Amino acid sequence: MSGPLRVALVDDHAMFRSGVRAEIGQQVSVVGEAADVDSAIEVIGQTSPDVVLLDVHLPGGGGSEVVRRVHLKAPDTKFLALSVSDAAEDVIGVIRVGARGYVTKNITGPELVAAIRRVADGDAVFSPRLAGFVLDAFAGTIEVAQIDEDLDRLTEREREVMRLIARGYAYKEVAKELFISIKTVETHVSSVLRKLQLSSRHELSRWASDRRLI
Amino acid sequence: MTISVMTSTSAVPAGTASSGATANATPPVRRAYRLTEGQLVGGVASGLARHLGTDALWVRLAFVVASSLSGFGLLVYVVLWRLLPQRDGADSDETPDRPAGVDAATRMGMRTPVKARRHPGSDVGQAVALLALGVGVLLLQQQLGWGLDSRVLWPAFIAVAGLALLWRQADEVQRQRWRGATPGASLLSPLVGGGGWAAAARLMTGAALLATAITVFIVQSSGVSVLGEVLGATLLALLGLGLLVGPWVQRLVADLATERRARVRSEERADMAAHLHDSVLQTLALLQRHADDPRAVSRLARRQERELRAWLYEDDIPSGASLCAALTGAAAETEDLHDAVIEVVCVGDATLDDATAALVRAAREAMVNAARHSGAAKVDVYAEVSARALEVFVRDRGVGFDAVALPEDRMGVRQSIVGRMQRHGGTAEVRSTPGGGTEVRLSLAREAAG
Repeated sequence: MSGPLRVALVDDHAMFRSGVRAEIGQQVSVVGEAADVDSAIEVIGQTSPDVVLLDVHLPGGGGSEVVRRVHLKAPDTKFLALSVSDAAEDVIGVIRVGARGYVTKNITGPELVAAIRRVADGDAVFSPRLAGFVLDAFAGTIEVAQIDEDLDRLTEREREVMRLIARGYAYKEVAKELFISIKTVETHVSSVLRKLQLSSRHELSRWASDRRLI
Repeated sequence: MTISVMTSTSAVPAGTASSGATANATPPVRRAYRLTEGQLVGGVASGLARHLGTDALWVRLAFVVASSLSGFGLLVYVVLWRLLPQRDGADSDETPDRPAGVDAATRMGMRTPVKARRHPGSDVGQAVALLALGVGVLLLQQQLGWGLDSRVLWPAFIAVAGLALLWRQADEVQRQRWRGATPGASLLSPLVGGGGWAAAARLMTGAALLATAITVFIVQSSGVSVLGEVLGATLLALLGLGLLVGPWVQRLVADLATERRARVRSEERADMAAHLHDSVLQTLALLQRHADDPRAVSRLARRQERELRAWLYEDDIPSGASLCAALTGAAAETEDLHDAVIEVVCVGDATLDDATAALVRAAREAMVNAARHSGAAKVDVYAEVSARALEVFVRDRGVGFDAVALPEDRMGVRQSIVGRMQRHGGTAEVRSTPGGGTEVRLSLAREAAG
C-alpha cells in the first residue's frame, strides 16, 4: 500500500480525539476530525479516508446515521466503531448498518492501529464483548429452522471462532487453537459480520431487552 | 360447542384478574400491558398473550368468539383497553427503564433508536380472518334469531369502530410523547400529536362514526322528526360548553406540559449532581492525594470507570443472584485488590445455587491468580450458559507456568479451583505454557447445576 493509512476521527469529545491522534498519529495519517453527524459526513466526503473511527453516540443521530448517509454516496467507506458505551443494542445497531468492527475506547494504541489495518484490509474486527453479543444474539438457533436459515444461524466453526474471541484469544491464537490459517479465521469472522448485518432475525433488534435466564 | 367456548373465553379475563391480584402481594409485580407494537386494534390481545405466555392468535380468537355472546368479549376488550397501560413490547427502546446513559444519549439525539420490524403481511391476514370469523358468527346468530335487536346492533357496531379509531389515535399521541417528539403546544397537539393530516383524518373519521352511530340510533328509536331538534340542541350545548371551558382546558394542558418538562429536567439534574458528587468528585480528590503513586492512580481511575460505566450503560443485570452478576462482582473485587484489568463477557445467564456459587468462587480464585502471578495487563473472563453446561474461562497472556511441574503446595490451583469444582461435580482444567499465558477452564454440567 502506498503511504500510511488515511484515517478520519469522528467523536464528540475533543479531548478524546486529540488523545487518539497522539497515540496513533505515528503509524497512520489522521486526515480529518469531526464532532457530529453533519460535519462527519462533510469531512468524510472531502477527505475520503481509508478508515473512519466512529463513536457510537454522536450529536445529530448517532454513529449509525453517519454510516447510513455516507454509504448512500460512498458504499466502500470502511467504519470501525469505537465507544465507551456497552449498550448492546447500539453496538449491534451500528454494526448492522455497515460498520466493520467494534472496539472499546480503553483499547491500547498498538491494538487500535492493528484493528484499523485489519478493517482497511476489508476484514472484520471483533472484540471479546462484541463476540459475546453475537453469541447471545444467535443463541439457541441451531434447532430453529427458518426460511432464511443460512443467514440466521452460525455454523459450528463460526461459533467456535466467536467463543475463542470472547475468551480473549487474538486471531493468531484462534488459528493456532483450531489448526487453521489466520486467513481462514478472518473469513469466518467476516462471514459472521455479514450474517449480523443481513440476518432478519427479529431477536437481533430486540434481544438486548430481555436477558435470557436459563 | 357454545359451552366449551364459554369456559375457554371466560378463563381469559378471569385469569388475568386473579394473577394481577396475587402478583400485587409479591415483591416483583408482573403487570400486564397492552403491546402497541404489532397490534391489530388496541394491543390488548397481544399484551394479554405475552402476559399469559400464549400466542396472540388464541387470545384474539377467544375475544372474537366471546364477542358473539351478546358482545361480552367486546365489552371486556374495551374495558381492558382503558385499564391496561400501553407499552411497545417489541421495541426495547420504548421501555421506560433503560440505562441512564442510553436515555441521555437518546434525549440528546446522539443515537439512532432501533426500529422494531413489523410483519404486516401475516398480521393483516390474521385480522381479515378474525374479522370474517366474527362477522360470520354474528350473521349466523342474527339468522337464528339469537342476536341483538338490529336497531341496537348496527349503531353499536359503528360506535365501536369510531371509538377504536379515536383511542388508537390517543395511544399514538401518548407514544409520541414518550419519544419526546411532540411539537409545540398548539391547540390540537394533545389530540393529533405529530401525526399531521393522517392523524387529523383518523380523528375526524372516528368522531364522524360516533356521530353517525348516535344519529342512526335516534332515528331508529324515535323517528326522523325529532332528529333535527335533538341535533340542534346538542350542537348548541356543545358549542356553549366549548366556549366556556375551551380556553381554560387549553391553558391547563399547556401548563401541565411545561410543569412536567421542568420537573423531569430538575430531577435529572439533581440525580446527576448527586451521583457526580458522590463518586467522581471523591475519586478526583483521592487521585490528587495519590498523585505520586501511579498504581493507586490507575486503580482509582479503573474503579471509577467501572462504576460510571455500570451506572450509565449496563442493562439491568439482576443483582447478586445470577451467575453473570456474581462473576462481574468477583472481577470488580479482584481488580480493586490486585491492580488488574478484568473484562467479563457473559453469554446467557443462570440463577445462583450451591454449585454455581462454587463455580464463581473457583473463577474468582483463577482471576486472583492471573492478576497476582501472570503479570499480564488484562485478564479475559468469558462465561457461557448453554442448555448442557455452564462454562467459565479465565485467560491471561502473562508469563504462564509449567502445569505438570506444579508443586503440591500451590494451594490455590489444587484446592480452591480443581478440588472445589470436583466436589460439586464439575471439572477444572488448567492450560498453561511458560511464556504463553494461562487459561483456566471451569465447567459444570447442567444436571449438577440443578
